[in-house]
Amino acid sequence: MAISPAAQPKMVNDGKPPLVNGRLKLRVLTKSMLAIRVTLIALAVLTVIGFMTFNYQEVHLLKGIATTFVNFKTIFASPQFSHFTFPEAVHQLLITLSLGVLTTLIGALIALFLSMLAAENLSNKTVSNSVKGLMAVIRAVPTVLWVLIFAVSAGLGSVAAVIGMSFHSISYLTKAYSESFEELDQGILEALQGCGAGWWQIICQAVLPSSLTSIVSWTFIRFEINFGVSVAMGAAAGAGGIGYDMFMDSAFYYNLHEMGVITYMILAVAMLLEYLSLQMKKRIRA
Amino acid sequence: MKQHFLMKKRLSFLGFLLVLVGIACAAMTMTQFSIANSFSSIPKAMIWGCSNFYPTADSFTNFPDIMLKLQETLLISIASASVAAIFAFVFALLGSQVTKINNTLAAFSRFIANVFRNIDVSIWALVLLFSFGQSSLTGYFALFVASFGFLTRAFMETIDEVGSGAIEALRATGAHRFSIIFQAVLPMSMSQLISWVLFMIETNIRAATLVGILTGSGIGFIFDLYYKRMDYHSASLVVLAIVVSILVIEQISNYVRRAML
Repeated sequence: MAISPAAQPKMVNDGKPPLVNGRLKLRVLTKSMLAIRVTLIALAVLTVIGFMTFNYQEVHLLKGIATTFVNFKTIFASPQFSHFTFPEAVHQLLITLSLGVLTTLIGALIALFLSMLAAENLSNKTVSNSVKGLMAVIRAVPTVLWVLIFAVSAGLGSVAAVIGMSFHSISYLTKAYSESFEELDQGILEALQGCGAGWWQIICQAVLPSSLTSIVSWTFIRFEINFGVSVAMGAAAGAGGIGYDMFMDSAFYYNLHEMGVITYMILAVAMLLEYLSLQMKKRIRA
Repeated sequence: MKQHFLMKKRLSFLGFLLVLVGIACAAMTMTQFSIANSFSSIPKAMIWGCSNFYPTADSFTNFPDIMLKLQETLLISIASASVAAIFAFVFALLGSQVTKINNTLAAFSRFIANVFRNIDVSIWALVLLFSFGQSSLTGYFALFVASFGFLTRAFMETIDEVGSGAIEALRATGAHRFSIIFQAVLPMSMSQLISWVLFMIETNIRAATLVGILTGSGIGFIFDLYYKRMDYHSASLVVLAIVVSILVIEQISNYVRRAML
């Protein structure tokens, strides 16, 4: 039987030794090398074009950078409360955290069902692909736009913020959950099907118990992300919480000292959450 | 015994659920979030969206403006990710376990990456607004700093994962630090690093919308403009432009990732 051309080993440079001017060429231009080079060149060119076309509005670059360093010094070296007190700031921080919690829980609940449809071993290919496609479209709309779009009918506030922020959580968690479902041993599913177990029985007795650790870990990792998102939504979409105070200090009071306090508080919480979610990631890999 | 085991399992699961419900209730009172309101707002939003939030022929007169801002935003996202990648690579080399120069520098670069990553891009935008005003540079630097923090971390992990084998072998031959970097570290991790940069560009485009709303530049600004004017038809055109560009960029970077393997 003749070997098909596709099955033959691929010859770099048609099997000839890559000689250039009598010297052995150490690196041969393969397809992947070419792709890397083209990508690098394209990024470099686009970066240069970007710098040439930016709308500078007569801002002096070096002066701006110098002012930025001075501002950073003010922020980090002399934080000080003026418009609110420490307990109030903690209260606002708790509101931001609560927004994150609600978003994560709603996202997790909906994603749990969608991920069962998106996992290829639990549903069929058509359903799985259409759910994944829907998630890609949802992810393409930035969170802040989801929140603002919902704010038109629901009014600015926690309801619009939580619903708008949930969209990205749903899409992120659906992907994460369905991938952990797909890791499940096919033999277990077949064994249960062979016993005559229904779909729900398989989900409840095999799928959920075996992927519970990774579900909990992914949910927490998303919570870490959602904390950052809810800070941003407080600033940009009137969701309240510490992000809104930050926005007011920056855009209306021009109070760098108070921004310093807020930055430190957010940084502390974010680092704590990151430490915890790193622990969670280790549990997924184990 | 068996009964007892199942009972215990169920009870602990029930306890876990109760704790979650408790946290949810606390969070709801904290933020004055009402489930009833949110359920009723979803169909309301859908009806509103179908009747108001679509581009009309009229809104297409704004199309050139939108495209101009979109182009600016895309370029800012790409430029910030690319330049941040260069800085991040240097810091990642200093911080990685296999290529570090000494422990003090490694700890320093890890600390810098940690601080930069954990301060959200919105905070950077608000801080930079003081010094750069409503120019593209505010958005550029905000995205740059956020990309730098994230990429340093990602690059560090990539370099660590690439493995110390080849690096040790080169070091044993007495190779200079720069030849180790350019002959072993870079070629082995290049496709991974580019893949991270592409991911960063995608993230930056989404973040650029947010930064634009906060700082008044780029595509976020033009959305905010139409949104506040209640010109929802034009605003929907902006959303459509963002969605299409993000999906296209995702396709391009997926293609590049496959070609690089």
